[in-house]
Amino acid sequence: MSATVATPAPPTTHDVRSRRRFAFLRTPQGMVGAVILIVVLGVALIGPLVAPHPLDAPIGPPGSPPSAGALLGTDFLGRDVLSRVLHGGFAVLRLSVLTIALTYAVGVSVGMLAGLTKSIVDPLLMRAVDVFLVFPPLLLLLLLLAGAGDGQGVLIIGIVMVLFPGVARVVRTATLEVSTTGYIEAAVARGERMPSIMRREVLPNIAPTILADLGVRFSGAIILAASVNFLGLGSQPPAANWGLMIAENRQILSTNIWPVLVPALFLALLTISVNMLGDAYLRGLGRSDAAP
Amino acid sequence: MLRGATDFARDLRRHHPLAAFITRRVAAGVVTLLVASVLIFLATNALPGNVAETVLGRNTTPALVAKLNHQLHLDQSLIVRYGNWLGDALHGNLGQSAVQLAQGAPKAPITHLIGTPLRNSFVLAVLTSILLLPLSLILGTLAAARAGRASDYAVSYISLVFNALPEFVLGTFLILILFSELHLLPPVALVPPGSTPFDHPNALVLPVLTLLGVSLAFSTRQVRAGVIQALRQDYVTMARLSGIQEGRVLWRFALRNALAPSVQIFAQSIQYLFGGIIIVEALFAYPGIGQLLVQAVTARDVTEVAGITIVLATIYIAINIVADVIVVLLVPKLRTGIE
Repeated sequence: MSATVATPAPPTTHDVRSRRRFAFLRTPQGMVGAVILIVVLGVALIGPLVAPHPLDAPIGPPGSPPSAGALLGTDFLGRDVLSRVLHGGFAVLRLSVLTIALTYAVGVSVGMLAGLTKSIVDPLLMRAVDVFLVFPPLLLLLLLLAGAGDGQGVLIIGIVMVLFPGVARVVRTATLEVSTTGYIEAAVARGERMPSIMRREVLPNIAPTILADLGVRFSGAIILAASVNFLGLGSQPPAANWGLMIAENRQILSTNIWPVLVPALFLALLTISVNMLGDAYLRGLGRSDAAP
Repeated sequence: MLRGATDFARDLRRHHPLAAFITRRVAAGVVTLLVASVLIFLATNALPGNVAETVLGRNTTPALVAKLNHQLHLDQSLIVRYGNWLGDALHGNLGQSAVQLAQGAPKAPITHLIGTPLRNSFVLAVLTSILLLPLSLILGTLAAARAGRASDYAVSYISLVFNALPEFVLGTFLILILFSELHLLPPVALVPPGSTPFDHPNALVLPVLTLLGVSLAFSTRQVRAGVIQALRQDYVTMARLSGIQEGRVLWRFALRNALAPSVQIFAQSIQYLFGGIIIVEALFAYPGIGQLLVQAVTARDVTEVAGITIVLATIYIAINIVADVIVVLLVPKLRTGIE
């Protein structure tokens, strides 16, 4: 036996912090959520590459039950259901990831600005943010789609308008708390510019607060986007889309349930797994209202 | 004059704090509604795209477009149109449906179009709320009483799953089970014109179940959290030490104190129902205000969309005011601290 025993290097603060940050992934709930999410992401991202048929070409009579050529049967136009399911997740994911990124970009900027400026800009910004909260979210979305036309861009802007006020409020409160601390005052005294203070001093310190309800907001974005697609708005046929597939194939339920069941199942797994991860993270912070 | 008004306001605050609170809350509500009306008007009038050209389609003539523009008063300035629209709306006139005028109807008052659908949606919302209230209180309190045990985990996880589902996904699963598998219920909730939803009770089951599934999950989690917090209070410990039975402690002491926050939770649930009903009506083809709105949006009938949204916004704001007032009535502490 050798005399020298390798002593593990003492953990740096960075290691400890990042280990604690991902501890929620090791709880049963976090693990289940992560596994489900990875499966759904895999289907949505790899699906389009392995789909056996093109998504918009009829391969048989409409609404025929599963067969050897079409494992999940055909949809209301006779297209391959399996291929459309494999194609349909990407649109849902792209839309919700894009909207959630924009939501946080707008919400964090507005919230930090309002929290840091000690001027009339703060109340003005926050009143402007309140304006978007006078409607139920879906009502505001439908109003926009009616007025500006039914397009992806309108849908994205609409969902951001509905979701960013919540982020802006949380960020403003967190920024106000941070802004009284010594290091912000020191940065101001050093004469640093506002954007650099925001990015280097405020943002890292409010990050945990911002991330706390990312899961809930992300699933909110998915639900809104899919619901609008389900209503037949905000997507262009013949593109496949899980929300739209459920709506358009309801008429053939009595002959083939798969084009309705499978997209519904994937959407459910997606929102449930995102919610489980979010809830597991909140539990780690001791902020969940669910069982301990 | 102004002095008199401020004196009056001060007297009101001093002697009738509750009346003063309600007055202020209603005033704030009116301002909110005004903001909402501006938003609705701008969204349906100021965004690019001519309404008449859109609803008339491609095969139209400039003369027809001009005629419809005139019928819809689109040949006037934005500010004049907003003033007229708001004034008419206050008198109960929501204007004419652009699509129906374009299709040659001489008159298509939106007020007449929305009456029956509004009633049908109201039935749906009230039925759901009547079931939602007692169920979430019972489930939430039971879960709280058994916090950390198996039944609590069951309630919490089931509600986490249901809470995460979009309404149309949950509704689809219900259709698949109750229609495709068990052949118990129709997949659509048709209510023919001229009859009321109560003539077709079967039609109401799936829509109400779907709405209940999603909203019950949310409110149960919230009630549970409220009761758990109440159970940690000193007066609960005191009551237990005095030998009062645990069941009585739970239902009389803890639940009663958790009720006030619960009212806000129910207000949130009802606000949620506004979005949920739109989706559920579309899913089950239930002839309510939500389905009418979706049809109007799809047809880009902006005047009808404006009419429906201003009515829904008014109801939405009114519900919020009523919920705030009920909370103040329920919690004596808030009444003195209304200031």
